[in-house]
Amino acid sequence: MTVLEDPTAPIIIPTRDEAKIARRERIRLLMRSPAFVVGLIILAFWIVCAIFGSLIAPQNAQADDILNKLAAPSGDHLFGTDRLGRDVLSRVIEGARTILIMAPLATLLGTIVGTAIGLVTGYYRGAIDEVSMRVVDALLSVPIIITALLAIAAVGTSRLTLILVIGVVFAMIIAKTVRAAVLGERELDYVQAARLRNERSPYIMFVEILPNVMGPIVVEFTVRLGYAIFTIATLAFLGFGADPSIPDWGTDIGEHYSFISAGVWWAVLFPAIAIATLIVAINLIADSIAQTFER
Amino acid sequence: MNEPAIQLQDLEVVYRVRGVDRPVLRSLSLTVEKGESYGLVGESGCGKTTAAFTIMRYLPRNGRVVSGSIHADGDDLLAMGEAEVRRLRASTVSMVYQNPGAALNPAIRVGDQIAEVFRLRGHDKGESLDRAQEMLRKVQISDPAGGMRRYPHQLSGGGQQRVVIAMALASDPTLLILDEPTTGLDATVEAEVLDLVAALRQEFGTSVLFISHNLAVIRKMCERVGVLYAGRLVEEGEAETVFTEPRHPYTVGLLRCIPRGGLRKDRDRLDTIPGYLPQLGAHLPGCVFADRCGLVKEICRTDEPPLHPLGNGHSSRCHFHDKAAAVPYTGSSIPAGAAATANGEGLVKLENASKTYSHEGSTVRALVDVDLSIAAGETLGLVGESGCGKTTLARVLLGLTPADEGSIIELDGRRLAARIVKRDAAQVRALQTVFQNPDSALNRRFTVRRIIGRALTKLVGARGEQREQRLREIASSVRFDERLLSARPVQLSGGLKQRVAIGRAFAGEPRVVVCDEPTSALDVSVQAAILNLLADLQAEEGVTYLFISHDLGVVRYLADRIAVLYLGRLMEVGRAEAVFNPPHHPYTEALLSAVPTLEGEERPRIRLEGEIPSASDPPSGCVFHTRCPRYLGAICDEQEPPLAEVERGHFIRCHIPVDELRRIQAEPPPPRVLQPTESNTTS
Amino acid sequence: MARFLLKRLGLAAITLWLLSVLVFFGAQVLPGNVARRILGPFADQAAVENLNEELGTDQPILTQYWNWITDLLSGDLGESLALGVPVSELISDTFVNSAKLAALAFVLVVPLAILGGVVAALRRDTLTDRVITTGGLSLSVLPEFVTGIVLILVFGLWLDILPVSAVAPPGSGFFTQLKYLILPALVLVLLLFGYIARITRAGTMEALDADYTRTAVLKGLPRRTVIRRHVLRNSLLPTIAVVATQTGYLIGGLVVIETLFNYPGMGRLIVTATRQKDMPVLEAGVLIVGIVFLVAMLVADLAYSLLNPRIRHAGAE
Repeated sequence: MTVLEDPTAPIIIPTRDEAKIARRERIRLLMRSPAFVVGLIILAFWIVCAIFGSLIAPQNAQADDILNKLAAPSGDHLFGTDRLGRDVLSRVIEGARTILIMAPLATLLGTIVGTAIGLVTGYYRGAIDEVSMRVVDALLSVPIIITALLAIAAVGTSRLTLILVIGVVFAMIIAKTVRAAVLGERELDYVQAARLRNERSPYIMFVEILPNVMGPIVVEFTVRLGYAIFTIATLAFLGFGADPSIPDWGTDIGEHYSFISAGVWWAVLFPAIAIATLIVAINLIADSIAQTFER
Repeated sequence: MNEPAIQLQDLEVVYRVRGVDRPVLRSLSLTVEKGESYGLVGESGCGKTTAAFTIMRYLPRNGRVVSGSIHADGDDLLAMGEAEVRRLRASTVSMVYQNPGAALNPAIRVGDQIAEVFRLRGHDKGESLDRAQEMLRKVQISDPAGGMRRYPHQLSGGGQQRVVIAMALASDPTLLILDEPTTGLDATVEAEVLDLVAALRQEFGTSVLFISHNLAVIRKMCERVGVLYAGRLVEEGEAETVFTEPRHPYTVGLLRCIPRGGLRKDRDRLDTIPGYLPQLGAHLPGCVFADRCGLVKEICRTDEPPLHPLGNGHSSRCHFHDKAAAVPYTGSSIPAGAAATANGEGLVKLENASKTYSHEGSTVRALVDVDLSIAAGETLGLVGESGCGKTTLARVLLGLTPADEGSIIELDGRRLAARIVKRDAAQVRALQTVFQNPDSALNRRFTVRRIIGRALTKLVGARGEQREQRLREIASSVRFDERLLSARPVQLSGGLKQRVAIGRAFAGEPRVVVCDEPTSALDVSVQAAILNLLADLQAEEGVTYLFISHDLGVVRYLADRIAVLYLGRLMEVGRAEAVFNPPHHPYTEALLSAVPTLEGEERPRIRLEGEIPSASDPPSGCVFHTRCPRYLGAICDEQEPPLAEVERGHFIRCHIPVDELRRIQAEPPPPRVLQPTESNTTS
Repeated sequence: MARFLLKRLGLAAITLWLLSVLVFFGAQVLPGNVARRILGPFADQAAVENLNEELGTDQPILTQYWNWITDLLSGDLGESLALGVPVSELISDTFVNSAKLAALAFVLVVPLAILGGVVAALRRDTLTDRVITTGGLSLSVLPEFVTGIVLILVFGLWLDILPVSAVAPPGSGFFTQLKYLILPALVLVLLLFGYIARITRAGTMEALDADYTRTAVLKGLPRRTVIRRHVLRNSLLPTIAVVATQTGYLIGGLVVIETLFNYPGMGRLIVTATRQKDMPVLEAGVLIVGIVFLVAMLVADLAYSLLNPRIRHAGAE
């Protein structure tokens, strides 16, 4: 980084691309981190499965074959069959789609709403802040799974319900993080300087402060994404998945874990590994991104 | 054996950054004899702190000693193993740190932290505690027994530093290293601590290595001094000699940068050192100072100058040391038409300005009934120590903090609303500010063009080509290279950032600019350039300044009039020369005597007993009476004196009549005995 | 300090009240017509109206809330729609079971995670550190049923050394019960370890890098003393807060684990109630969970204020 003082000294002229250069450097740093690369590869794999699921899957994931139910892994069925005789491998591949649609939507909802709340409460403080934080604390005093269960009991399972519930709870969590960051920023003098120009509050919040808190927001988004997958899969496992007709990892595990004592392990292990790899991949990515912001 | 306390010889220390070894200390040689006090002077990045930590054998993971040697009392430090190093730290060399609050463990009582040193030397628990309490008494903590049980956060800054000093001296070391020990402390507290160090040095017979960027403090505390630049010792000698007859261009430049008594903005500009401070570990062939030296010749870039002895222990590392005093001045000349334009009419008027904070039951009166007026084109210097309310005053004037009901703030005859959101556009434009910390004052995601441009758009309504044109004009008036307009703050040095901040403040052609410690975060050489800039802008634009600073030297250079605040109350206000000379308020008197000057002791030291009282529980009557060296009697306890006009335009808040003041301030006051109820453990 | 705690207590009470409003809103307002929701779209109108009257859900909302809250405060948690027994009975049994499991998990994970975090910090950036940090993190982001299933497969099926269900035969002694609880508790341990270890590591690293640690080292103290006396007491403060917030994850984890291991705790109760749309049970269950969490936070605040001298002795500055 060039540091300059006096015009008479030889200088390197910064170009308009400074911001782009900084971003490129950050990406380069990420690429060098093995955790990030591994995470990205795994995630890419599952995205491909989500998009091209039925084209890649060796067999029809919905096709029953009762005669062949609960068959151990073999040449025909690499991952065995489930209780309805369906090919587990195909179900694993296609199961990526539901979760990779719902989780990002919920997280995005939570991030946008949460950022807005965090900015407003952090900047204004006072009564708005106190009241909002109490509501946030109340909502967060119950684990997200249980809040989701309550909502499901009240209005039934549907994709929309799940996305909304998760989105709202995440909004609370992200609001807290953003608020904390904003509290730090608003004490800095550039905010005072903006007030001295009589800038309006929305300007100060969204134009001056927001760019400076983007770091924590990006990190929160990636971390929450992992938790969204976690939550959706868990609810599916408990029997509250979004759509029973579509292949879904959590639901499949939920329907087959009672067969473990009978020695049927393949119907649960492979979907479990799918969930595990996806979540770990996202967290590896989240972690690497967080570390680049720490530099 | 009369070995020196510490002897560094050709010490080379590097830091490994991104695979490259960067030189931090270049062939450093210095000696501190037993009982001597040696000052190491330099600006940021010169390596002085690294030198201290190298002696303590405490380098960061990427630092190492490449060559050279260090001997403490004859022992080779670099050859020591772990156990010996520990013994070295426990009994031979001790250190006092810059930030005492952070240097003390917040979870352990102060007494236990000191006692730990004695435990290490083999004393048992009870004896260690006794000795620790004795040390607290020696460092003049009042109520040492109570102090033992306190936690660091319960002490004031001065109190914390005393504890650190107690801890350092508990081991009766041969060498005491002090790394900027009073930076960040108030002037009067700093004076106390420095006096304490001097007294203890006598008592313990310890040698002292005093590290600081503040030449006046070094002059006061040290017999010998070494000037460090980019890790190399460029001049060394007796303090008096080096400061009165410097023989290295850098030392000459440094001394010229500092605003000293006698210099005034309408007569001279401060000299500056062109170029920039090299970063830690920069590659500098030949003489390290060549890039910035006014005497530079070809040989300076190729040959490293040796240390030329000049007799009497004075040496200089310069090829042209005999011409050092003739380094050409770089200070610019005063712009034409710079006669003081202050015309007596109050442009800014504050009447009854007060600000009270209530928090969890206690009320803090940050400002109490302040009456001030500032004439158009003049600079009012606002001085005072922490808690005096100067920042609050600025914020109240600017409308960032609403003043209490009944406060009147006027600009050009018109009343200003207490909150800035209620002021009209013209008023907002007219009143701007320059903040202390350029890092926090500029939005780090914006380019300079956007920072100043936004101010232009919002305050003046300039857009497009007109805005671009005006941007270039501003950049030029603050001597900021146009080509840097696309840079972001993180790429700029402190001085450049501050220029941007100044440019932004002047974007709307303000009538009043509040400067809140604008140079406190900058190095000495950079500070001079910024002060010059502020003075030039005032001469060119006729702007009025409210200049807040704790640095009396700077204030003296820039201010036409001065106001002195203490605990939110105005103690004195008047023309600069009137305030700086007797008769003046006893607090002003003490404040001036507390500040060390480069010329040496021209004023007798007036000690202020005790610490600054807490603003939530101010003393009764005259708030200064608990520490006043000219305490009159019961009247000071009971009645708050009015702010009386003792001469034309000169106001003093004191019960002592001005003629009496004039008489008694001809000599220093007798020492005052602390009342038994007063304590200096709480602030 | 008393002031600090009173304030916290007051805030907790407000939060609890707000929680009750949210629970009420979720259970009684959100469904719209509660009886219709419970009986389904095909039940006839008369039955729906009857149920509404029986439940009291035909009255104005504020009245409903008032009745509900006053009942709660006097201890009446209503009656289970599915089982017809008072909810308080159901809860008291299951609560104890869940508490046993949670306590076991807690007692195991807290010392282990703190130790792990401190070791990771002391051996910063070495292999040990990376294993503890990355390993711990990876395990804690996995859903409990995933880890649970893997553990069941490994220890229950393939190695066959631990029982797969969590319920010991009636009349079993303490240690037998323990054997049955180990596997589910282990899942909880793996869930919580990563995060607690990470915060402890961060707190320890911050203390290690602090100026006061440097002062202790430069006093000549041996490294072990520095860590023991100066670093640890400052590094563990943030951990206290985190351990309290982890009770939230613990309770959430219980829901899944009790289902997986067929354990009669509150988690399984809540899931069953959801399936059966047994609103009274669900409402009470959620409230209790919230109360437990808020109490945990209060305890953490108490511990924090006792251990942090800045709060214990409000200073002069």
